[in-house]
Amino acid sequence: MALFDLRLQDVHSKLNNKELSVSDLVGASYARIGETEPAIKAFITLDEENARRQAAELDKQLKEGGERGLLFGLPAGVKDNIVTEGLLTTCASQFLGNYDPIYDATAVRKLKAAQSVTIGKLNMDEFAMGGSNENSSYYPTRNPWNTDYVPGGSSGGSAASVAAGQVYFSLGSDTGGSIRQPAAYCGIVGLKPTYGLVSRFGLVAFASSLDQIGPLTKNVEDSAYVLQAIAGYDERDSTSANVEIPDYVSALTGDVKGLRIGVPKEYLGEGIDPRVKEAVLKALAVYESLGASWEEISLPHTEYAIATYYLLASSEASSNLARFDGVRYGVRADNPSGLIDLYRKSRSQGFGPEVKRRIMLGTYALSSGYYDAYYLKAQKVRTLIKQDFDQAFGKYDLIIGPTAPTPAFRIGEQVGDPLTMYLNDICTIPVSLAGVPAISVPCGSADGLPIGLQIIGKAFDEPTVLRAAHAFEQHTEHHKRRPQL
Amino acid sequence: MSITTKDVEHVANLARLELTDSEKEQFTEQLNAILKYAEKLNGLDTDGVEPTSHVLPIMNVMRADDNRPSLPIEKVLLNAPDDEDGQFKVPAVLE
Repeated sequence: MALFDLRLQDVHSKLNNKELSVSDLVGASYARIGETEPAIKAFITLDEENARRQAAELDKQLKEGGERGLLFGLPAGVKDNIVTEGLLTTCASQFLGNYDPIYDATAVRKLKAAQSVTIGKLNMDEFAMGGSNENSSYYPTRNPWNTDYVPGGSSGGSAASVAAGQVYFSLGSDTGGSIRQPAAYCGIVGLKPTYGLVSRFGLVAFASSLDQIGPLTKNVEDSAYVLQAIAGYDERDSTSANVEIPDYVSALTGDVKGLRIGVPKEYLGEGIDPRVKEAVLKALAVYESLGASWEEISLPHTEYAIATYYLLASSEASSNLARFDGVRYGVRADNPSGLIDLYRKSRSQGFGPEVKRRIMLGTYALSSGYYDAYYLKAQKVRTLIKQDFDQAFGKYDLIIGPTAPTPAFRIGEQVGDPLTMYLNDICTIPVSLAGVPAISVPCGSADGLPIGLQIIGKAFDEPTVLRAAHAFEQHTEHHKRRPQL
Repeated sequence: MSITTKDVEHVANLARLELTDSEKEQFTEQLNAILKYAEKLNGLDTDGVEPTSHVLPIMNVMRADDNRPSLPIEKVLLNAPDDEDGQFKVPAVLE
């Protein structure tokens, strides 16, 4: 069994028994990166010198004994839109190619407190805009299961690095599916927490009312551990939720007896690959055999979710990305004719096509004369979409469906057709608009490519989401499959 | 409602983007396709529906108005493309 396939508890007991050192773990990470990175391209920046130094310090601490962090010694990758002090944070954009942050994101600070080791910064779609990693302005990450296919996005590097065994776990960010969809495409576990549970401080903002940081891991138990480490109130994020943080790991009882599951017919209808539907129905049969019950439900406003999302997320993005002006950080264009020209030239040179397209869409939707027709209308429809979930959760403990309508697609297959690309997010976007938590776990495969099951819960009910995901894992083998690299 | 190249030029100016002719043409076509798709929202009656700007029941988060340490200037300027005398430097504002 590969080192990074061990359960967290087993890694920690091996460290205790001196069968393993943190330097071994970090060394294994870079060795695997050396072998697989030319094919996968999951990373933008590696931080090997610091990571090895930190590993030596942790080994010293190991020898001396005493209390250790929850994620002690585990090699971690961090998506490149989460700022890391002294470690380049590019958002996969040419604009931030030289951006060297002067502080840590709260999630990164919490990882440091939990004593994981940051291996490097992971590739993504530029400013998290995209679902395939083809919008990285550096190079596309490839799917470890078949390198002709996309890993998904926008946290494609985060998912591919875990699937390829390059890191023990990673952090990603999810605005409309950007953790769950790449987790599904790469055959791993990806959790989008409830909006507000994990601080957004230091997450380079794309759409502030939707962005959430979350873990990508090989199994549900690790997901619970990482969430435990990063969740919690932060006064530096004005939409951070001041709620009590439960013990996520002890929620994994294996018992789902009596759970009521709603399955939206809209998530299994037109446009859903029959092989995906079959895998989801098989997963539901597993839940039935474990004493849970399910029935078909309707989330009637699902068909409006994608239009709503692209108007709202692009509007927020056009405002958030106004900060990239070539004055305080990032790339500045040469020889501008004045200040406005400096903004214009720096932004035009620094942003890629998808980022420009969304800024244009958002600026249009917010512009005088169109605000009510597009932005305000979309905010109202968002209320209706959220009410669909509120109503369903009045009767059901969980909502289950596919994470994505299809398995991963070929690199290049959907480039040049933004609308088709957007439609891949039909099952994840409504959940983001409602702000509730959801996890993607492996539930099958088609032509060797993984399929993800999406388990959606009530706001702040991560314990039930994780418990149900964990119980499924205990009775299936899908999460044990590994790509041959 | 369909948008023209002229609209795209206007919006690009608002967004401080300089587009090439081929970008203008491409964005006109793609934005029209996306906005046409978005028109399906008009089929929904939203009279009396409150807009949702974010999902949490929190409003106007305040903190006590007291002094706190700030980042040192030299650190803040670390990423500045150009600076002088502890300030960000930009080209002439008045053209």
